[in-house]
Amino acid sequence: MAVFVNGVIFEGVDTATPDCWRLEAYMARGGYQALKKILDNKIPQEDVIAEVKNSGLRGRGGAGFPTGLKWSFMPRSFPGDKYVVCNTDEGEPGTFKDRDIIIYNPHALIEGMIIAGYAMGCKAGYNYIHGEIFEAYELFEEALDEARKAGLLGQNILGTDFSFDLFAHHGYGAYICGEETALLESLEGKKGQPRFKPPFPASFGLYGKPTTINNTESFASVPFIIRDGGQKFLEAGKPNNGGTKLFSISGHVNRPGNYEIPLGTPFATLLEMAGGMKDGKKLKAVIPGGSSAPVLPGDVMMELTMDYDSISKAGSMLGSGAVIVMNEDVCMVKALERLAYFYHEESCGQCTPCREGTGWLYKVIHRIANGEGRDGDLELLESVGNNMAGRTICALADAAVFPVRSFTKHFRNEFEHLIKHKKALVDHKWC
Amino acid sequence: MLSAQSLAKIDYELAKYPADQFRSAIMGALRIALVERRETGNTPEERCLNADVIEFVANYVGIPPVAAYEVATFYNMYDMKPVGKYKLTVCTNLPCALQGGVNAAHYIGEKLGIGIGETTADGKFTLLEGECMGACGDAPVLLVNNHKMCSFMTREAIDKKLAELE
Ligand SMILES: Cc1cc2nc3c(=O)[nH]c(=O)nc-3n(C[C@H](O)[C@H](O)[C@H](O)COP(=O)(O)O)c2cc1C
Ligand code: SF4
Ligand code: FES
Repeated sequence: MAVFVNGVIFEGVDTATPDCWRLEAYMARGGYQALKKILDNKIPQEDVIAEVKNSGLRGRGGAGFPTGLKWSFMPRSFPGDKYVVCNTDEGEPGTFKDRDIIIYNPHALIEGMIIAGYAMGCKAGYNYIHGEIFEAYELFEEALDEARKAGLLGQNILGTDFSFDLFAHHGYGAYICGEETALLESLEGKKGQPRFKPPFPASFGLYGKPTTINNTESFASVPFIIRDGGQKFLEAGKPNNGGTKLFSISGHVNRPGNYEIPLGTPFATLLEMAGGMKDGKKLKAVIPGGSSAPVLPGDVMMELTMDYDSISKAGSMLGSGAVIVMNEDVCMVKALERLAYFYHEESCGQCTPCREGTGWLYKVIHRIANGEGRDGDLELLESVGNNMAGRTICALADAAVFPVRSFTKHFRNEFEHLIKHKKALVDHKWC
Repeated sequence: MLSAQSLAKIDYELAKYPADQFRSAIMGALRIALVERRETGNTPEERCLNADVIEFVANYVGIPPVAAYEVATFYNMYDMKPVGKYKLTVCTNLPCALQGGVNAAHYIGEKLGIGIGETTADGKFTLLEGECMGACGDAPVLLVNNHKMCSFMTREAIDKKLAELE
């Protein structure tokens, strides 16, 4: 379900109109004006990057790294090929915003990537799309065709000496390919196993060439920033948290969906937009930034605003902006069991602490959830977690540990009760 | 081993990458091969990938068969095991589970008389549990044969969908 409020990406997009994604509709909304502005005025590359820096745009894929700064890391005078790559491998449980961007407004992403290619001197780009949304991949290919036919992609874009082409590549069922170096391996036609860093992609990326990887929503924000100015984008949010952001709300709310709202909006307002709690139940817990972000108790969440700084001060992360809402009927042990299974299933297996550790975490949580927990299991979870976090090639191991630490911290009594009485404190049923 | 249409589709994939990086096309090429096998196979064994097909695709793309095999086994949507005419993958990750995903999977299993990971005796349906498909707002969601996503799969919607899949 697509529910949009207002914001820079979905401004003027009528998602109820089947053709809203087409080039013509995008042009009518002011699409490709940012690109024209750059090409007509021959705006220097560094000025484009400076504008993105001014906007305060922070990466929308999870880590929140400033996008303009990332772009400035690309070696300017590198003689060979350079690449720009988009991460639409959206597989972080709870996140479903990038799919709506490519279904309803794919040209915003295409225009953003062309501008990125211009700013960083790249001749080609790829958009890596999650295999499970294959229909969206096909639609994106159609949008690329439209852009090519209109002279917006390919040789001599809009009659200038700037050339850039863009292609779609699909995943086929591996969460780990959302990690940027695993994504590059996969794009090269290999197993999606993350690379050791350094070297970072800006010096050794796709095919060993300098590469910048950004999330779909990050690129799709760029046309607005160039057309209306970085300052206007910044002002739409709050200092250090520029712009509007898509929040994907799922779980026990009346209207799950995507909401594009200013960063800094109170969580309580967002919850209200999503129709409030389903069946009038009480809010118990919220995972504010995708399954890898630490869970927070409902009453803590009600005091927070939805931006990087506020959520991080409360001990969690804004992450990808996936807000998973749980009501009073949820057994937190059962909820954690599902997440632990996911990380175990999705570990790529190349680091021993992650491969073995995710297996242990799942095994122990599973037995607690099934009334077979033992004394010392909570301590065991803690020590397994301590042996994983920060000791692996990529952040998946940390992502597996954060939920375990936060669930057992904030809802410890439910775990203890199950271990002691072999029976859950909350009589949980998946609805 | 593959039709002219499938080979043309693989050529389209190959053209996306620099001339010396044809290996990148293997993911698309294996997907194209799998779709053809699913559409033309008459038994669960004929609908999945096997060593011969993988070798053929690898040779066509121009990479060692073992490299293609590694890819086919790493990514879980490439069916390497016999599979029903309709593979149903229901998302049961946490966000979906909060919105009926687990129950949807159980309901389908009951209706078809099979458990998760099983195929009906007539080879028509295979039921699988999947991880987040990036569509949690539409829960319960299920994928039919990897590519067709079905949203808001309540019991009524499941009844209707199963009746459609003949
Ligand atoms: C296990 C794991 C999974 C990830 N999944 C995604 C994803 O699905 N989409 C995404 O944009 N970034 C994902 N990331 C973050 C990327 O590595 C990368 O930081 C991001 O794409 C950069 O884009 P941004 O700066 O625009 O956010 C993931 C990271 C890890 C460690
Ligand atoms: S931390 Fe886990 S997922 Fe990441 S590279 Fe190591 S084994 Fe693979
Ligand atoms: S959790 Fe089911 S689609 Fe995301």
